Amino acid sequence: MTRNKPWLAPLLSALFFALFVGVWYLATSTTAAPVAGPAVDPEYAALLGAQAATGGQSAMPGPGEVAAKIWEHVLDPFYDRGTNDKGLGIQIGYSIARVLGGYLLAALVAIPLGFLIGMSPLVYKALDPFIQILKPISPLAWMPLALYTIKDSGISAIFVIFICSLWPMLVNTAFGVASVRREWLNVARTLEVKPIRRAFLVILPAAAPTILTGMRISIGIAWLVIVAAEMLVGGTGIGYFVWNEWNNLSITNIITAILLIGLVGMLLDHLLAWVARAISWRE
Amino acid sequence: MTQPFLKIEGLKRQFPQAGKPDPDPVFEDVHFGIERGQFVCVLGHSGCGKTTILNILAGLDEATAGHVIMDGREVRGPSLDRGVVFQSHALMPWLSALKNVEFAVRSRHPEWSREQVRAHAVKYLEMVHLGHAIDKKPAELSGGMKQRVGIARAFSIEPKMLLLDEPFGALDALTRGSIQSELIGIVEATKQTVFMITHDVDEAILLADRIVLMTNGPRAKIAEIVVNPMPRPRDRETLHQQPEFYPLRNHLVDFLVKRSRAFAPGADWDPKNPPLVYPGAPARAAA
Ligand SMILES: Nc1ncnc2c1ncn2[C@@H]1O[C@H](COP(=O)(O)OP(=O)(O)OP(=O)(O)O)[C@@H](O)[C@H]1O
Ligand SMILES: [Mg+2]
Repeated sequence: MTRNKPWLAPLLSALFFALFVGVWYLATSTTAAPVAGPAVDPEYAALLGAQAATGGQSAMPGPGEVAAKIWEHVLDPFYDRGTNDKGLGIQIGYSIARVLGGYLLAALVAIPLGFLIGMSPLVYKALDPFIQILKPISPLAWMPLALYTIKDSGISAIFVIFICSLWPMLVNTAFGVASVRREWLNVARTLEVKPIRRAFLVILPAAAPTILTGMRISIGIAWLVIVAAEMLVGGTGIGYFVWNEWNNLSITNIITAILLIGLVGMLLDHLLAWVARAISWRE
Repeated sequence: MTQPFLKIEGLKRQFPQAGKPDPDPVFEDVHFGIERGQFVCVLGHSGCGKTTILNILAGLDEATAGHVIMDGREVRGPSLDRGVVFQSHALMPWLSALKNVEFAVRSRHPEWSREQVRAHAVKYLEMVHLGHAIDKKPAELSGGMKQRVGIARAFSIEPKMLLLDEPFGALDALTRGSIQSELIGIVEATKQTVFMITHDVDEAILLADRIVLMTNGPRAKIAEIVVNPMPRPRDRETLHQQPEFYPLRNHLVDFLVKRSRAFAPGADWDPKNPPLVYPGAPARAAA
């Protein structure tokens, strides 16, 4: 069915989107009506912040307002008006930099270590208990310890990303390396291939799809964790931005940021999926 | 008598078994030799230990007792002197046919330039008539083509000896026939020494100068070594018209069907010197 109608799925997507926006519009415009009547309690308005103080408006913005806000950010993503007022582009840039920093460090550690674990049953047995215990720890649980020892909030966030990206890459690399087919290793042995050449030309390509699976899981987790980590450490980043806008009660900004977080997460995932496709092989 | 090119002496292989300090060996007391340029096939039922012997010859497995001597030196571990064609072709799926062969050539000649390696690999791929498919990945090749890449890879390192483990087992009769012919052509041209495992009596008759017959395991032995009386090169079309063909074939089939199971060695049977048998050609044997 979908074979001869390739436009059907996108059309349906557009329809769902229109439906969603429609419901959203109706929901926000009706709640606006009763509030429009009597004046808002000034104390409550003071608590809620600037938006509620304008009185007639619902705290929950409609699709039009959000769209306008998004457009505003698109036009000027990199403005910098002090610590608490930076453009979305700058904030997301900080987050991406932290994620990539922690993630690449983790890859640098996890892939060679995973190689070692995968090649040596002894090392595997020796390290397994540690991995078993460390793996299920929520990365945010490390945060206080990191802040205490590193004493720098930015580096602490990178450390948390490092820790959470480490395990999927480590475990997948070890598994991929350990399950390289005996017959390929035997081919290498009969050809008297030296260990370094064997590691790079036989084991690495054979295990690459499994390693990439780990890397893809890791980037997903890292992107989930960075928002929470930045809410904790503050200063810069998209997580801090969301938290800050919550304090300002700027729901439009929060929604815009949420959309952006989803978009960047998708791009990161697609990037790794693309690499995974490039290095995958079919038998 | 001079030493043969490859000499197998008192070979025995036991695999450890839970709860058995001294498990039945898969085979024991295996002795035989292969002359330079000879094509030797091993025939035996499934599980008698043919692959295990080949792995020991390749240096991929170690014997429990006995040893293998090739060209005056004991075999210890794998070596570029012995090219192996694996039963499952064992091509690396992330490399093209050419790159698979180049990997072997590069291992043999690390000092060669890129062009030299490539030219050498192409030559061997053309030898197995794959000149048109060198850039294809194994997944894009048919079973027979993959097997031919495996053969080209083993030949390309120009080993002193080739070890083939049922290389045509997974192929249909037609493909099998054409690759067998190619193999005959290459072996004639290169004067390769070959040790090959097969299940197929007709394949053994077509290819082998000597056919080693193994009894069933465990404790498999070499019952006898059959000498193929028909001269090389043998041609599949005319083979069965030769007078020695049916006596030879009947002898082999008879062994596989009856004698391999209940092998009762005579008083003069000596495992160190398995008897040479010349079915259908008593006159040639005497000569
Ligand atoms: N790694 C191993 N551990 C334990 N037993 C093994 C191992 N490899 C082989 N064997 C046993 O050794 C015997 C011979 O195996 P082998 O693979 O050599 O047989 P084969 O003659 O090649 O059979 P086929 O014709 O089916 O390939 C079998 O009984 C098998 O169970
Ligand atoms: Mg076998």
